Amino acid sequence: MSITESAKVAIPEPRKISTVPRFSDRVFRVVVFCGGLSALIILAAIAIFLGIRGFSILSQTGLRFVTQYEWYSAINTDGTAGEEGSTFGIGAMLIGTIITALIAVVIGVPIAVASALFLNFYAPNSLRGFLVAVIDLMAAFPSILFGLWAFNILMPSGEYWAKILHKYLGFVPFFDVSAPVFTRSPFIAGIVLAIMIIPIVTSVSREVFSQTPLDRIQAAYALGATKWTMIKAVVLPFGSSGIVGGAMLGLGRAMGETVAVFTVLNIVFQANFQVLLGAGGNVASLIILKFGEASIEEINALMAAGLILFLLTLLINMAADLIVNRSSRKGR
Amino acid sequence: MSDQVKPTSLASIAGNRVSRTPGSAPLGTGLETRNLHAWFGKNHVLADISLDFASGTVTALIGPSGCGKSTFIRTLNRMHEFIPTAAMAGEVLLDGKDIYAAGVDVTKIRLKVGMVFQKPNPFPSMTIGENVLSGLRLAQLKQSNKEELLEECLKRAGLWNEVKDRLNAHGGSLSGGQQQRLCIARSLAVKPDVLLMDEPCSALDPGSTLRIEETIRELSKTMTIIIVTHNMQQAARISDYTAFFLADGHPGEMVEVGPTSEIFARPKDQRTENYVTGRFG
Repeated sequence: MSITESAKVAIPEPRKISTVPRFSDRVFRVVVFCGGLSALIILAAIAIFLGIRGFSILSQTGLRFVTQYEWYSAINTDGTAGEEGSTFGIGAMLIGTIITALIAVVIGVPIAVASALFLNFYAPNSLRGFLVAVIDLMAAFPSILFGLWAFNILMPSGEYWAKILHKYLGFVPFFDVSAPVFTRSPFIAGIVLAIMIIPIVTSVSREVFSQTPLDRIQAAYALGATKWTMIKAVVLPFGSSGIVGGAMLGLGRAMGETVAVFTVLNIVFQANFQVLLGAGGNVASLIILKFGEASIEEINALMAAGLILFLLTLLINMAADLIVNRSSRKGR
Repeated sequence: MSDQVKPTSLASIAGNRVSRTPGSAPLGTGLETRNLHAWFGKNHVLADISLDFASGTVTALIGPSGCGKSTFIRTLNRMHEFIPTAAMAGEVLLDGKDIYAAGVDVTKIRLKVGMVFQKPNPFPSMTIGENVLSGLRLAQLKQSNKEELLEECLKRAGLWNEVKDRLNAHGGSLSGGQQQRLCIARSLAVKPDVLLMDEPCSALDPGSTLRIEETIRELSKTMTIIIVTHNMQQAARISDYTAFFLADGHPGEMVEVGPTSEIFARPKDQRTENYVTGRFG
């Protein structure tokens, strides 16, 4: 066949490739499909519920709901909304939430990364298994117990550290205090949260570190690397995305944590950037603080606050995904 | 090309090399192993290997897969001990000193005895230049004229002309053969006396293989090279000495060692002859 002849042959459309799954496979497919969708459905249901309940408040107050610091519920004796009119603003609570969560990440992530490195590269086998079990247990520990322990044991010593920080770093605006009140501060709440996020950050980092390609580790050792220089040159660049991802998961967890923070934090409806001062805010704690004796109107406002917290967490997780995807291309 | 290796052709390739006489270097220099054994758990993989590698020679280690060549080469710079159950007995002497002696800093041993692996493994987070100089950082060595060292290492590895204009590109942007030469340059930067090469060409195409062989030939003027290879033409082309390893249901042992031309032309052991003539393995 000549070239000209073959050129005349029409190029066919690509065929559709398909297969008929067996009955059992189809059943299984439906089952896992439902499982996979359940997370989405539950999350959507919660968001819709919060949205509907919070809508009236949000449409009344608009943007002031997140910028205003006051939270005042006017209630008549019969439990209906009062005539004076209520003010609902979670600005102070949002600021407080972000500050305590950031403190938790700043304290917790380095400890978690160090412990992940220790477990993967330094711990003897026998100790490793035991420590991993302990850290997993820590993740499953009821948060009220963290709260109680922190209130009774951690707070007194936390105050002591806070005073030292204030004494030597008081010139930094964050470490200044306008009044010498060091109990129930965002700093102490941040320490409690740091302890609570260590397990998740440790296990995420550990997972990533353990996937470091062996040939790169060996290449480093063959060049006369010490364990630490090897970790710096090979493991940390490879695992950076995992550390960021773990930190973001920790941040999300720290922002949503309720009971432990409520136990140790003094909720004050003012924007406070002095982390050592015993006055802070926290959206989740606000909800638990007000929920018990709230009017219907206030409950709706709390739902709106919940919705905002939900959106904030969503935003952070999306940012985490973005960072992980971007940084994972480098160093791999 | 058929897999069948013709003994005559191999011997003639080997004969083209100016062979150095065994034992020309005094004892106590270069690298020596004495009654070396190795285990993985209870599995005895190497038995009683005593071999000398005189300074400035190229020695090829040949033998069928699983005969312990790679394990042997990894005992020479103490990479063996990274496998959790690994154990060894006997001695490895570098310039007369036992590298397994108590109190030896293993990182210093690995600076003197460098290693190039089967699969090219540049550090992907580093540029080409950073890769070459990475050993300085990893071993915490001081170096004043880094530019010079960089150029020298890349030239010795035969890569300079190809990368001199893109030293800031990432190592992963190079071809497989170039990456392997980059890895060679990287091991040269810490100035080792001995270079171990564990099948450095097995993942490369014939053209790249030839380039690496040229590099090895250049390097052999200034350092001791020990290379594991499955390619017998390669062994014949580049090595002064060849050692034949075999594990025939027992722990791996060294059957025969000698000048490469002898091993290929007049092996003393029947098993060596069977192997180099392609009758098994």
